[in-house]
Amino acid sequence: MSAPEFAVASTQDAPAWEVEAFWRESSGEDPRASFFAKEASDWLEAEGVRASVSDLYYLRGENLDETALERATRRLLSDPVVQTCEARSVVGATTPGLADGAHTATVRKKTGVMEPAEASLLRGLADLGIDDVEVRLAQRVRFHTSLDTAQKRIVAEKILSNPAIEDVFWDEDSIPSPFAAASPYELEIQSVHLSGLSDDELIEVSKTGQLSLDLEEMRTIRDHFAELGREPTDAELETLAQTWSEHCCHKTLTARIEHKILDESGAEIETTIFENLLRETIARATDEVRERETEPFCLSVFKDNAGVVAFDDELGISFKVETHNHPSAIEPYGGAGTGIGGVLRDTLGTGLGAKPIVNTDVFCFGPPDLPRDQVPAGALHPMNVLRGVVSGVRDYGNRMGIPTASGALYFDERYVGNPLVYCGSVGVIPRDKVDKDVHPGDRIVALGGRTGRDGIHGATFSSVELTEESETLSSGAVQIGNAITEKKVLDVLLEARDLGLYRGVTDCGAGGFSSAVGEMGELTGARVDLNKIPLKYEGLSYWEIWISEAQERMVFAVPPERLDELVELYDRHDVECVDFGEFTDTGRLELFYDGQSVCDLSMKFLHDGRPAVTRPSTFRRTPAGAASLEDASGTGAPKAGELLKRILSSPNVASKEWVIRQYDHEVQGRSALKPLVGVAQDGPGDASVFLPKFDSLRGVAVACGMNPCYGDLDPYRMALSAFDESFRNVIAVGGNPGQIAVLDNFCWGNTDRPETLGSLVEAARGCYDAAIALGAPFISGKDSLNNEFRTADGLLSIPPSLLISSIAMVDDATKCVSMDLKGVGNRLVLVGETRRELGGSHALKVLDREGGEVPDLPANALAIHEAVARVIASGRAKSCHDLSEGGLAVAAAEMAFSGDIGAEISLEKVPVDTAADLGDLEVLFSESNTRYLLEVSADQVDAVLAEFDGLPAADVGETLDYHIFRCVNSAGDTVVAEAIADLKRAWQAPLAF
Amino acid sequence: MAKVVVIKAAGINADEEMVHAYRLSGADVELLHVSTLLRRERTLSEFDIFVVPGGFSYGDDLGAGTVLANQLRSHLQRDIDEFVDSGKLVMGICNGFQVLVRLGILPGWGSGSEWEKAASLIENVSGHYEDRWVRLQVETDRCAFLPSTDATGQPTVFRSPVAHAEGRFVVRDAGALARLRENGQIAVTYRRYEPAEDGSFPVADGVYPDNPNGSTLDIAGICNERGNVFGMMPHPERFVHGLQSPNWTRTGHSDESTDVRESGEGLLPFRCAVEHADSIRSGVGSVRSGS
Repeated sequence: MSAPEFAVASTQDAPAWEVEAFWRESSGEDPRASFFAKEASDWLEAEGVRASVSDLYYLRGENLDETALERATRRLLSDPVVQTCEARSVVGATTPGLADGAHTATVRKKTGVMEPAEASLLRGLADLGIDDVEVRLAQRVRFHTSLDTAQKRIVAEKILSNPAIEDVFWDEDSIPSPFAAASPYELEIQSVHLSGLSDDELIEVSKTGQLSLDLEEMRTIRDHFAELGREPTDAELETLAQTWSEHCCHKTLTARIEHKILDESGAEIETTIFENLLRETIARATDEVRERETEPFCLSVFKDNAGVVAFDDELGISFKVETHNHPSAIEPYGGAGTGIGGVLRDTLGTGLGAKPIVNTDVFCFGPPDLPRDQVPAGALHPMNVLRGVVSGVRDYGNRMGIPTASGALYFDERYVGNPLVYCGSVGVIPRDKVDKDVHPGDRIVALGGRTGRDGIHGATFSSVELTEESETLSSGAVQIGNAITEKKVLDVLLEARDLGLYRGVTDCGAGGFSSAVGEMGELTGARVDLNKIPLKYEGLSYWEIWISEAQERMVFAVPPERLDELVELYDRHDVECVDFGEFTDTGRLELFYDGQSVCDLSMKFLHDGRPAVTRPSTFRRTPAGAASLEDASGTGAPKAGELLKRILSSPNVASKEWVIRQYDHEVQGRSALKPLVGVAQDGPGDASVFLPKFDSLRGVAVACGMNPCYGDLDPYRMALSAFDESFRNVIAVGGNPGQIAVLDNFCWGNTDRPETLGSLVEAARGCYDAAIALGAPFISGKDSLNNEFRTADGLLSIPPSLLISSIAMVDDATKCVSMDLKGVGNRLVLVGETRRELGGSHALKVLDREGGEVPDLPANALAIHEAVARVIASGRAKSCHDLSEGGLAVAAAEMAFSGDIGAEISLEKVPVDTAADLGDLEVLFSESNTRYLLEVSADQVDAVLAEFDGLPAADVGETLDYHIFRCVNSAGDTVVAEAIADLKRAWQAPLAF
Repeated sequence: MAKVVVIKAAGINADEEMVHAYRLSGADVELLHVSTLLRRERTLSEFDIFVVPGGFSYGDDLGAGTVLANQLRSHLQRDIDEFVDSGKLVMGICNGFQVLVRLGILPGWGSGSEWEKAASLIENVSGHYEDRWVRLQVETDRCAFLPSTDATGQPTVFRSPVAHAEGRFVVRDAGALARLRENGQIAVTYRRYEPAEDGSFPVADGVYPDNPNGSTLDIAGICNERGNVFGMMPHPERFVHGLQSPNWTRTGHSDESTDVRESGEGLLPFRCAVEHADSIRSGVGSVRSGS
């Protein structure tokens, strides 16, 4: 229908060339070469390794004579200002050999792995009138040092490539021709023998087919087809496996759960039955909060790709956060990139399409300084994961032209084999476009990228634990994205939406077409011709086409009479689209290939046929052990200033500027409060604020709350704390507490273990209680279970990791405040009560001590949040910061060094739980919830405190005209006195890579 | 009223704020997909100002701006040459600057059939993409987009964010650099972000992060000899609104007489260009250098 993005040319005997573009030494430093040289020096523990890098282009085509090649080289393949170029004719395999004593590594994507630049090169060649060409790209790195075989392997695997998707050829290795010929697929319909199989045999079928279906499900499928009197085809089984996967239908959270609370000794205290955990906690909270709505705030919740709330009379705001953990463990760059790409398609597939305006990202990694010999086999070093994930989000988000402006980073040893990558997307959508309405007779139209073998079994793969072999076994599950294809899809989709050219849209995410068409046609039925789907290369079988998770594809329901108009529009934007089927009224999912039926399933069985199971859940309630900062076993109390610096330097708290600045947080021109604030624009803002409309001062604040350190001790309170923190962060900048919506993302280990499920149930209960207490609805959520990594030494399960993301309306963005201190001689007002709540605190963490109560949610939390919001709206707060990891000391220090203004705090004035008799260190470092530190001018203190009538709040200090952060206790002793520059250095150094 | 065309292509992503900046500056703005020009459904000659906005045209593949520049050159070479020769204005911001440099109409030496490849924008010394605010000073009096001095007679200084991975301005050789200088083609340079005691902004002198990418001579943007083609890496269109300032919560967002929604320092080049185009349209002006 439109010009293909990927020419599938038959050019096997055509002229073939290899063009290599070298960096000219006189051009100055080549950052790529410097990076490889430094990494090689580090990994090989060798001094002064030098490296040089060149780009390699393979081209083959009938029209590619020397003149054409010369033009292509001059215009597209080299930059004559800084590069020199060589072109070589190639036939078959090549060997670069050693050049001037330098070892030469050629790095190339494995055949079939997406390389986005190839599409751009084809576009450029077409503009030069050179068509029918095949192209491949590679990179060559030369190391000017001697390397033995073992060293080459380290360099190849740790620095140059990811073995899951790339090949490295050294020196005299024979480099096979990059143009592998694919053979066409010939139809052979496969059915899978299930009838009469034993339980063991059923499990074996599930396992060998990578279906991730459990025994009960396999039995149900066997019996269903026995009733029909036939065996399922492979396509039918694959469709069921994908639709019933944990990833797609959340079968654990929606299962019947028998939750037992045990006491310390293991004796049962109480049992609760949840018929559907999600519905009875998260969704129920939303229902109850909505009952209090005076005007509609929730426009679409829990039924679409993202939740939607009201922004103003005209627009809604959509919000969704997804995880992409397992793909990011195997291939951090591609996994994280496709993570952000996927959640953006969720936004595009919400209602009739929302426009993404902000991305969020939250990552959990192993410690960046983990010694290399402690990385388990099959896992990547946390630093490689971190670099890859950040680059992946950066390159995808930036190319899409969407600011990535809110997020967090957490580190724990248990994330080493199974990092977490949460990607979020905020969108705007006209309120009259929030609903889909698919009619029988509507055409099924696919738009965007072509289909290849990418990500086969991604949905089922993400639902099982990782092992040290996952790196090699599951490389098929790795998807590589092409942001520019998705950007084109975004542009054209919004144009088509506004022209009213379709009635429904959804994204191809996990499960590909199977999931997209299956969901859209659930209430109608669908008939699909799989031959019509454009492929990247030949050879795909019908079921591979159906479940491939190739990226950047959307599916539309188009009224037949608008089809031509839609096709014309897509063609203009150079985006491929194809009409490949029809929504029917049969209630069946019917797939055809070469005119033969390859799948015929009832939608009812597909969506409702999954067997109900009851899952056991246990939670052992243990009293919190005593924890104190003061009486360390005989070593005496740690010095408060030293402790403060250690917490500031701990990676969860330390500055994330290195990450934040790699993201474009200002594209689209909507940014009204940036993620980095303060005098030097490097302070840790609590939330980012955006203006959805250029001509309005109404804004949205975006933030999150999470604290995996609490989860081991008390998952219920972890949930309360994460919820409260996400609330505090948006309130602290000026969010309206009456218009906040939140998302839940549960990442847990294997919930087949009752105790793992038990901690999840406790967290879900916490979510319900927090939402009710604070009056904010959940509007969407997602869970990712089985986040575990099996090594030879045993199982590494992640800590319970609940992310609460929040979005708040800001009535007037000119009233927003940032967290940096603004002036000398102002007062500091501390709001909220400080209790002895050190469980999971950073103070204990850096001291390597245990025990303590995890922070609870105070009964007056909502009143406190509302009072803070009133103070900010009144313009009386010059700055405001929430208290979280590291408590009062860290919050005050951050405010001081971000504003480059000193501060003094009188600990005696801090509102505390009087029954607890807190010591100085506890006042400084307790992490009690619902606390803020406000900066107000001296003449406004009384007016501000009056807003907190009956609530804990006090004038606790002042800002200084010298650059010291000081805390004085009730005895008049100075317990902290640190130069703010030293505190800032401690905070900035650890993650400045 | 000056007519502005902002083009869009696969991967262009800073078009919306660019259109807005020109609208605020009083222009009649159209956003056109490049295919509309390639298909000859519309032509450049209808417009007074031609703008290539920022983004990642074609994913920055093969070097930022390469594929879009090749496309414009393959299909619209003559239209662009005529547009430039007639003294109309061309602006490229960020990726748009990279496109104009790859096209060769910046620095604009040689002629349409074969512009000299004298300059390039290459990977930042830091080796990665970076978003941060910079201080800029106008260094020439011949650029139609920028006044060389402010109302008080001091050099024009303004702030904008940079957001790029390939913004290091380099030239082919010392001769090219000398020529840029002698011609007054160095339009804007990165300056120290914080002022000196006398209120002036000293040269960044290559020091990171004031010079965010390692550009030769701190060059942030250049114009052609005539001053009607201009490109720079920083994004003035992302600072038209008072709340877009990185430190408005410290300094305030606008003075009392100005609407916060149009109180950003980055409006300067847009207002200047629109005024210039309007004066050419009404027949009273010409390009500053006189030609």
